[in-house]
Amino acid sequence: MKSALPLLLAAFLMTAAPALTAQSGSLGLPQSIAAGSAFSIPTAGSGQAVLYIVGPAQALRRDVQLGEPVSFPAGVLFNAGHYLAILVAQGSSLDAGQFDVVPAGPPASLSFLAEPSRLPVELQGGVSGTAYVFDAWRNLIVAPLPVTFQLEQASGSPQTQTVTTRNGVAWTRMNSASKEGAATFVARADSAAATRVIQEVPGDPCNLTITAQPDGQQVRIETAPLRDCSGNPIPDGTIVTFTENYNGMQSTVDVPLRHDVARVDMPAFIGATISAASGVVAGNQIRWGGSR
Amino acid sequence: MKGALLALFIAAATVALIVDGTLRPIPSALAYAGGETLLRTPSTPEAAVENLGDQIRLQQWQKAWSSLANKAQFTEPEFVHDLTGYFLSLRTYAMLDNFEVFPLHESADGADVLMKLYWASVVGPFEESRQLHLVRQGDRWLVEWPLVKERHVPPQVIPVDYMRWDVINRGPGDDWGAQNVAAPHVRIVDMRPINRAEGVFVLGELLNDDVVPAWVSVRATLVAKNGAAIASEGSFDMILHRLLPKQVTPFLIRFPNVDLSQVDKIRMDPSAELVSASADPVIEIQNQKYNPAPDASLTGQLSSQSGEVIGFAHVLSTFYDRNGQLVWIAGQYMSRALLPQTPMDFRISVPQDLAGQVSSERTEVATFSEDSE
Repeated sequence: MKSALPLLLAAFLMTAAPALTAQSGSLGLPQSIAAGSAFSIPTAGSGQAVLYIVGPAQALRRDVQLGEPVSFPAGVLFNAGHYLAILVAQGSSLDAGQFDVVPAGPPASLSFLAEPSRLPVELQGGVSGTAYVFDAWRNLIVAPLPVTFQLEQASGSPQTQTVTTRNGVAWTRMNSASKEGAATFVARADSAAATRVIQEVPGDPCNLTITAQPDGQQVRIETAPLRDCSGNPIPDGTIVTFTENYNGMQSTVDVPLRHDVARVDMPAFIGATISAASGVVAGNQIRWGGSR
Repeated sequence: MKGALLALFIAAATVALIVDGTLRPIPSALAYAGGETLLRTPSTPEAAVENLGDQIRLQQWQKAWSSLANKAQFTEPEFVHDLTGYFLSLRTYAMLDNFEVFPLHESADGADVLMKLYWASVVGPFEESRQLHLVRQGDRWLVEWPLVKERHVPPQVIPVDYMRWDVINRGPGDDWGAQNVAAPHVRIVDMRPINRAEGVFVLGELLNDDVVPAWVSVRATLVAKNGAAIASEGSFDMILHRLLPKQVTPFLIRFPNVDLSQVDKIRMDPSAELVSASADPVIEIQNQKYNPAPDASLTGQLSSQSGEVIGFAHVLSTFYDRNGQLVWIAGQYMSRALLPQTPMDFRISVPQDLAGQVSSERTEVATFSEDSE
């Protein structure tokens, strides 16, 4: 409703425009001005009038002495867009015109969408970055601008790409590294920059090997340190499912990894078969013979 | 005119029934209203057990305990705890809905009776059987209650150093472009619809493919040949909602009164949210044994390897045929709290018509306790 108000006001003022006869006056409007900059609008004629400037996100009203310029200091009109200027006196519109407020100067800030925040290592094109470039007044700069994306990872040299914005947006895709860790993803346009952190995490376990040894009345089953196919340790907390089958009976337990290893004590039945799996990765099988 | 007469008749009939019910109430209504007791003279073993059952149903613990022949062997609170649980559990909020009495043996001064107790809980009914011995004192029979004392773990400190994950999400005041943490990546690794007399059942397994815990659920939509949705249902409690990294959960979705021949395709919609979680407690499922038909079931024991008292445990079993294909998914809520390192029996029934196909199974446990997330 708030944003519709200036438009309604403009529509009302425009309908009043044909009735201008009581007094004469005109505006000398610029074609465009930079957002937030100081500017003045020359007027012609004599007497008092009111100048309305109505745009998509701002509306201004100024009392005007016709024949003198109307000055607007810096920072008054700062929302980019298409504006209407209407000069009104005694309820009648004397003159009306249009001008554009365009984004000002160099990029001042970026909105940077980096997805996902977490992904497995060695994924081609897995990281996507999209940057929106704004001026100091948070107007989207639609003119083409170079944006540099840089992904700095725990291993290898940084990946860098420079992309020119289209309609204020630039985007790219990059690969995750082979080594796990936090990667810094930076988008930079001129002096404006935004940084995101991408967590590059290990993939599925590459092989799952278990060993067993007697532990009193029980058998202690332990995995070898779990690594993915790039040699990264599988994160602690990852579930390893141990299964023991003996004489038609089965025991299972889901054990989270601790310090790269999962271990569990299970009943020591001679001849029992014991296996392990993590997600869709299955490990080796042991037939328990009573000794290591 | 007809309507007015009907209204007058209904009003008069209602008043007449209220007056009749007040002046000549049925015994059970009177007992539930706190008036006279339902109890009969315990001149037979069955009557004595029925009296005890009614007292338990009405939660008249003092009267029930007082009526026991062996009340000197335990206190009234111990008797109450035996029935309602020593720790917070499903029993704490359960009510005895019904009971059945089956005479087993009777002599001049002693009798054995099987009492089946049917409890109503927030997650559905559960059943309990107690074999009772009765003794005769004069012309009365008295029940000897077989008190089951829950084993208590000796006081100790059990260090737990399993991982815990906490999540900090994007703040409400952050810019729309500010980074947030991505939802966990999960995927359905198996899915199979089956047709049964009750309707269509969608069975499946879901894997947390990520390195962070996930809160998961699955929704299925049955689509007819003309493209219209027949029904859409979620897995509700037939799934482990909290999945640790690389953990697999079964799920079962019921579509009552639908025939599979009506279905052209099934749209699956798994969802996952990032959630704070702990890898503790670790539950071992011991001595799982599949007992084939008749009365096919999976029996086993749960044993918590952690130090926490687990108030609520839900056991979910997935049954496979010899080709590894899903056959059925079933579950059981444990009515008592699971104590540290104290095995607890479970039994999961398998439908008779599917029992012959079962070749292997996989069991998992969802746990909830007072201080869990």
